[in-house]
Amino acid sequence: MNARACLHLPRVLVGALAVATVLAAAPSAALATTIERIVSPGGITAWLVREPSVPLISLEFAFRGGATQDPIEKPGVAAMATALLDEGAGDIDSKNFHERIEANAIEINFTATQDYMAGSLRTLSENQGEAFDLLRLALTAPRFDAVDVERIREQTLSGLRRATTSPNELASQRWWSIAFAGHPYGRPVRGTLESVPTIAIEDLKGFTRNLFARDNLKVGIVGNIDAAGAGKLVDRVFGGLPAKAVLSPVVAAVPQGLGQKIDIDLDVPQSVLMIGGAGIPRKDPDFMAAFVLNHILGGSAFSSRLYKEVREVRGLAYSVYSAVMPLDYAALFMSGTATRSDRADQTLEVMQAEIHKLAESGPTEEEVVKAKSFLTGSYALRFDTSVKIAEQLVQIQLEDLGIDYIDKRNSLIEAVTLSDVKRVAKRMLDRTMLVTVVGRVQPLPAKGG
Amino acid sequence: MSRHRVALRVICRDILSFLSARVGRRRSGRSFPRVALDLVGIAAVAAIIVHGAGSAAAAGPEISHFMLSNGLEVVVIPDHRTPVVTHMIWYKVGAADETPGKSGLAHFLEHLMFKGTAKNPEGRFSQTLATIGGQENAFTTSDYTAFYQRIAKEYLPTVMDFEADRMTGLVLTDANVLPERDVVLEEFNMRVANSPEARIGEQVSAALYLNHPYGRPVIGWHHEIEKLTREDALAFYQRFYTPNNAVVVIAGDVTVEDVKPLAEKTYGVVKPRAEIGPRMRPQEPLPVAVRQLTMADPRVTQPSLQRSYLVPSSTTAAAGEAEALDVLAHVLGTGETSRMYRALVVDQNLATSAGGWYQGTALDETRFGVFASPLPGVSFATIEAAMDAVIAKIAENGITADELQRAKTRLIADVVYAEDNQATMARWYGAALTSGGTVEKVEAWSGKVHAVTADEVRDAARKWLDKQRSVTGYLVKVLPTGPENRS
Repeated sequence: MNARACLHLPRVLVGALAVATVLAAAPSAALATTIERIVSPGGITAWLVREPSVPLISLEFAFRGGATQDPIEKPGVAAMATALLDEGAGDIDSKNFHERIEANAIEINFTATQDYMAGSLRTLSENQGEAFDLLRLALTAPRFDAVDVERIREQTLSGLRRATTSPNELASQRWWSIAFAGHPYGRPVRGTLESVPTIAIEDLKGFTRNLFARDNLKVGIVGNIDAAGAGKLVDRVFGGLPAKAVLSPVVAAVPQGLGQKIDIDLDVPQSVLMIGGAGIPRKDPDFMAAFVLNHILGGSAFSSRLYKEVREVRGLAYSVYSAVMPLDYAALFMSGTATRSDRADQTLEVMQAEIHKLAESGPTEEEVVKAKSFLTGSYALRFDTSVKIAEQLVQIQLEDLGIDYIDKRNSLIEAVTLSDVKRVAKRMLDRTMLVTVVGRVQPLPAKGG
Repeated sequence: MSRHRVALRVICRDILSFLSARVGRRRSGRSFPRVALDLVGIAAVAAIIVHGAGSAAAAGPEISHFMLSNGLEVVVIPDHRTPVVTHMIWYKVGAADETPGKSGLAHFLEHLMFKGTAKNPEGRFSQTLATIGGQENAFTTSDYTAFYQRIAKEYLPTVMDFEADRMTGLVLTDANVLPERDVVLEEFNMRVANSPEARIGEQVSAALYLNHPYGRPVIGWHHEIEKLTREDALAFYQRFYTPNNAVVVIAGDVTVEDVKPLAEKTYGVVKPRAEIGPRMRPQEPLPVAVRQLTMADPRVTQPSLQRSYLVPSSTTAAAGEAEALDVLAHVLGTGETSRMYRALVVDQNLATSAGGWYQGTALDETRFGVFASPLPGVSFATIEAAMDAVIAKIAENGITADELQRAKTRLIADVVYAEDNQATMARWYGAALTSGGTVEKVEAWSGKVHAVTADEVRDAARKWLDKQRSVTGYLVKVLPTGPENRS
């Protein structure tokens, strides 16, 4: 451990009188600890779990408003800006920025999704000063030097070119572009081969300027730090951001093109299938029932109906899944698999039959009991590392579920009844859906035909 | 998950992140190319193996290990923060232990281990986990096959009971074996056939190993997978699945005092059923030829180049040499500060990605890799010359004190980060102990990394990154016509 001691940096204390206020605290069985809701001296709210037994700090955060904020004609701005945040900030150029991160064994990652831009920082406790300063600079003073922008642009284009022959990417892109034609969700988060070359440095700066603010920020902290220390940390990183984000309004949407099956010809041995339709919003009273329903249909790894029928009994696929996806502006149900080209039609029929059967007859009482038992019993597995806990703290805030959610969550699942699940099965699954299939449209196309 | 994940990868993506079209910061040094096909599993759930390395001696958990009278080794890694446990059983058998002509058998058997026993018919184990809220999966590499459950701690005896039962009690019928073989063929399609990068990775490995079975893909060659039978699987099972060939690793909210009596009661009653001799695979001759291969795939939109060198593993290396290779791989190829990324991607603007890796955890001689994807218009000759220059510079002049320090700090910090994750810890120890390592060796790793000198890193580059020890693969859309223009 001497290597680390050599790099020990003096800690800069910010505001000697800064003491965070603890507003609320919720004990949690799953956590075997307490979540504290703190408000920093600068007025920023964060959720904290103290974990003194590991010498590190995990900070997760998110700014609401992600790729939906891209200019209409320029999808890819959020993703590209996000990719450039650790390419130099303030007086530190890209090379030095990366070297300082590495020299202190700091991990900083940024991710753009459709609905938010998320960030993650992990540091050894002893390097926290340097870690938080680098993060602050990345958020408040990213450089976007031309040479770095061009490099990241090339990497983005390289990935987009690869995607043009990836069956997974094609199935997904086509599904979203049809289901959300004319809506921000219809535009690829990474952008397109046409849009990425047109993104200007000013677009990237505009994105961070508008999005990174205090009123759309959610913060979760786990580590060897108390409320006062966490409050200072939060101010140090986020205190310099503007009070309010400037966000373009996004309208709520429902998926379009339902009832269509789109075949995309690609010469690959295995076809990729994607099925999707409207789901249940996160705040809908039926959401938990939909969650239980999905577990029974295709959420469970080794015991779902789709697993049994598609994989175990027929050997049609290695992976088959379904998912409920409550986004900020749309709720979706999704299912998919990948199978031999000459069995793609058969596989789709089996999946649609299973979906239809569940919509018609619902699950059995035993399936519901078992699903609830799994979902409640496995909840603690989401909390066994600092990073996972911090991610949960942010997710629960993004979904606005309340600080006592972790304690309430299992009872919400317990409360779901067979008739709830049957009702939701009708509501969510007894509908037409949009299907995309990527593969050989003719299983074995004639050469030169 | 620790940042120091080296060449063992799962190729499938996380389904939910795929659906929601998340885009992350692409860590250019590490994400491409997919290196061969080293790790394949029972289900499409990411299982990333961390490099076989150690634990912080000072602050880390008190790790215990003991051996039962039937030869089964048990490792206990306490982490009392959350009332959950990760229970893993690791068999010292992998694809490199297969009989020639039966490639894919170790992995096929891994799938079949979920088909039930006389005592617990098909589905009961998984249904039990599905009821109690346990997660499970399994994976296979060239050197080991592992099965795991993640559960609330009170169910530890239950899963130990099931796992001990299927160590020798497996019952297979053609009715459940044959559909599962189709599942594996679909896994092959997903991981290999649909991916040009994976296909060339297989070719490079096969060309690198002239004699050692590491040249075989873990998932197997397609024409051999499709002929594997129930009898093949049972014979392999009876030969290798025995307590004296297994390591159980339990990490989480338990103590060694809890585990010992449980282990005696469950695994302890399983009788050894096979003699396990030393694991002797055919070894490589001294490599003498610079090998190159070109593979065309019409789906390639981005050409790429990858090279593997035959190098010592943490098990075969002389003292300190594997750790020098760890540091070398970090300085040369990990992330945006690495020599390869700086030179090819940033300074010379020749590539969209570039980097390197070292797969230290292996029983026999292993691989050190470098890779790059040229920008449009940049030839392989140009990018390869730049790559060679980066390697030559380290072999001649070594690395700076600053680079050495940064690499050590980063590698040693990975141990602390790993300690925050019980599943990572369990994998770390399990992989090491089934690839020729010991608990003591794993625990000594940080100290050995700390002791690496700049001269040792230079010497490692000089000695091992010799082109005569390597195979370079070029992945293109169409084969060049006429004389090739690379040097």
